[in-house]
Amino acid sequence: MSNTKKLSFKDLASKVGPCLALIVIFLIFTVATPKFLQYDNLMNVFKQTSINALISAGMLIVLITAGIDLSVGAVCALSTCIMGLALQAGVQNSALLILICLATGVLIGAFNGALLTKLHLPHPFVSTLGTRNIARGLALFLTGAATIGGFPDGVLSLGFSTINGFPVSFLAVIILFICFHFFLNKTSLGRQIYCVGGNAEAARLSGIRSDRVLLICYILSGLMAALAGVVLVGRTATAYPLAGDTYDTDAIAACIIGGASFMGGKGTIWGTLIGAMLIAIIRNGLNLLGASSYLQQIVLGAVIILAVFVDVTRERMEAKARRLAAV
Amino acid sequence: MSEYIVELRDTTKRFPGVVALRGMHIGIRPGEIHGLIGENGAGKSTLIKVLTGVHRPDEGHILVNGQEVHFRNPNEAKDAGIACVYQELNIVKLLSITDNIFIGRTIEKKSRLLDYKKMHQMAHDVMLSLGQDVDPQKPCGNFGMGVQQMVEIAKAVLFDAKLIIMDEPTSSLGENEVGQLMDTVRELKARGIAILFVSHKLEELFELCDRVTVMRDGEWICTEDIADMDNDKLIQAMVGRSLSNLFPKVQGQRGAEALRVEHLKSAGVLRDISFAAYRGEILGFSGLVGAGRTETFRAIFGADPLDSGKIYLDGKEARIRAPLDAVRQKVAFLTEDRKGQGLVMSQPVKTNLILANMRGFRKGPWLDERQIREAVAGNIKSLSIKTPSADETVSKLSGGNQQKVVIGKWVNTDAEVFIFDEPTRGIDVGAKIEVYNVMNRLVKEGKCVIMISSELPEILGMSDRVIVMREGRVMADIGRDSVHFNAEDIMKAAWGGAL
Repeated sequence: MSNTKKLSFKDLASKVGPCLALIVIFLIFTVATPKFLQYDNLMNVFKQTSINALISAGMLIVLITAGIDLSVGAVCALSTCIMGLALQAGVQNSALLILICLATGVLIGAFNGALLTKLHLPHPFVSTLGTRNIARGLALFLTGAATIGGFPDGVLSLGFSTINGFPVSFLAVIILFICFHFFLNKTSLGRQIYCVGGNAEAARLSGIRSDRVLLICYILSGLMAALAGVVLVGRTATAYPLAGDTYDTDAIAACIIGGASFMGGKGTIWGTLIGAMLIAIIRNGLNLLGASSYLQQIVLGAVIILAVFVDVTRERMEAKARRLAAV
Repeated sequence: MSEYIVELRDTTKRFPGVVALRGMHIGIRPGEIHGLIGENGAGKSTLIKVLTGVHRPDEGHILVNGQEVHFRNPNEAKDAGIACVYQELNIVKLLSITDNIFIGRTIEKKSRLLDYKKMHQMAHDVMLSLGQDVDPQKPCGNFGMGVQQMVEIAKAVLFDAKLIIMDEPTSSLGENEVGQLMDTVRELKARGIAILFVSHKLEELFELCDRVTVMRDGEWICTEDIADMDNDKLIQAMVGRSLSNLFPKVQGQRGAEALRVEHLKSAGVLRDISFAAYRGEILGFSGLVGAGRTETFRAIFGADPLDSGKIYLDGKEARIRAPLDAVRQKVAFLTEDRKGQGLVMSQPVKTNLILANMRGFRKGPWLDERQIREAVAGNIKSLSIKTPSADETVSKLSGGNQQKVVIGKWVNTDAEVFIFDEPTRGIDVGAKIEVYNVMNRLVKEGKCVIMISSELPEILGMSDRVIVMREGRVMADIGRDSVHFNAEDIMKAAWGGAL
């Protein structure tokens, strides 16, 4: 019995770990600058978290399958540009425009999934790197590298509007993350994603259509990137082909800080949210302290390395305990 | 001088919460083949690691040639002449045989460049002396497991090992290769090298060893001349209780035909396979490694494509294009590779138990946690899976308990045809008997059980009927009451002889 108790304590520690880091950093900035804890600023943090959080949710799912999607930043930009082109072609209906944006993301996600499951390319690191270049190039080519503006309010409102200062985009994040939580933990497809990530062959030989599961994961990743694009258009009021060039690495960082692993099979949506918030808070706090964006970059890099270090150390200790127990 | 080349005295090794070795002692004479046997968890691995300098004992003495030594790391053990061929070979498959043999101990010319001419020559000579005429410049991955293992042995021989420890050396080899390995081990003995031969397979110990040491729960039980032992005595010493019968065979009542295949063919693997399997019987599949047994059932299960042939389930032609089709038509396939193909090691016992039937545990769009909990608790009880809880990660269980999880996974699909591929490989005697009992129970419930096994005693002990395969063809179909139902005739068929 004591064994199970000890284990659940360890589980708890691994779940609380990123949360603790968030609280510590929160407290540091609260002490360091009085502006940090102000209502407007906190709302700002939420606003700044939204885009990364949405992309990270999709990224998490492909990371659980032991894959990766390096094309999300480019997909985000391309989706908004296609929406912009539709606008220029005379589409005025907001719902239709958003649908076009999301459909673009789904299509490119399906393309990524097909490269993996139909053409059997070795690892999505390579294939999505290719897609990333294609999507970015396509966005620049189709728009002539120009910015597109003039979107109707219906399109802009998701990224722009607030309720008592609380950004609607972050409300969307919360609702979607609750959906993701139930999807990943309470549906058979969700559990299958973890199983395919842990051992695709064992899953296939247990009658799980691993290929289909993987395809769905990449489609979801593309869809979330396009949704983040809608929020981005709302915040900047424009579609810009060069937007979002750090989104992919930011999303990977959020997932890894939140406990996901490149080896697949693990990671939770709430960990990912904490990871995304942590990144936003560090950026925001350093901004308030007047630190240059270059310095922010350095700090964020250090945080990512630290998070992974903590994670592998924990895993190594667990593996050691397991080895000892198995002797 | 001491009687022993390597001796371990009163050695205790503790790990947090467990005592892995408890006053263990063992002495290995120069030039003898010394068997070491014990159930999983008996402490064999720890013993090996103490001898090879991986672990330092908490108490006790290690003596080499009568002199006490204290190994601080594996290199010091190597320098003292103790080498080990682990079950998982330390071979870099992309590197040549020469590179693998000389890894870390390369020979240089005066110019400080590597002297490949000399190393290739030495590698070739030592491999030849072990009965392997191979080109040492070719990558190890080009060769089979047998040759790769010889490369490990060559390393030990070339660097003057006095004692070579072999940990389950035959578990990954085919019959041919096992024969070769045994010849090599005898050859090493003739050269005066002592061998500590760790194995689960009693026949091998009887065939090869001079003496045998049995250990249980980290303790020394006995060391005997092999001539003074027999199967029953060894097993009794190993498990601490008498097992009147290793194979608790229950005679089944043969029922209707459950599975029939006709003229299965796939290029290069299956030449022409036809057979039928019935409810209420255990149908054994015997043959040499590479005879196409696993391939046959992978094809039937939809895991590999078929070029032609028909599959009938309960007399009706079945269309199986992917494993999912087979699962839906109540066929279960327990793969031989538990870790690689049977389980998702990173996931809990619970998830693995419902892996093959997640759809069956749904209520609306959601997984029905209560139903899952009940089913999983039932599995753990009825299969006596030893796990602290249903949420334990499956990788933390012992091999035997992992195998029971795989069985549970398929029991939960309400399958009618169970294909067991090497179901008892690498699990200890106690767990083996439990697996056999599950088969008995399935047969009693009127299911059809197919057992692919490379171990003849298991085939003879458990099967109601045996099909012998060779090179993608069915060679013989022998019922339990046939005069041919014996090891000699089955082997004869496996080698292509007529009965």
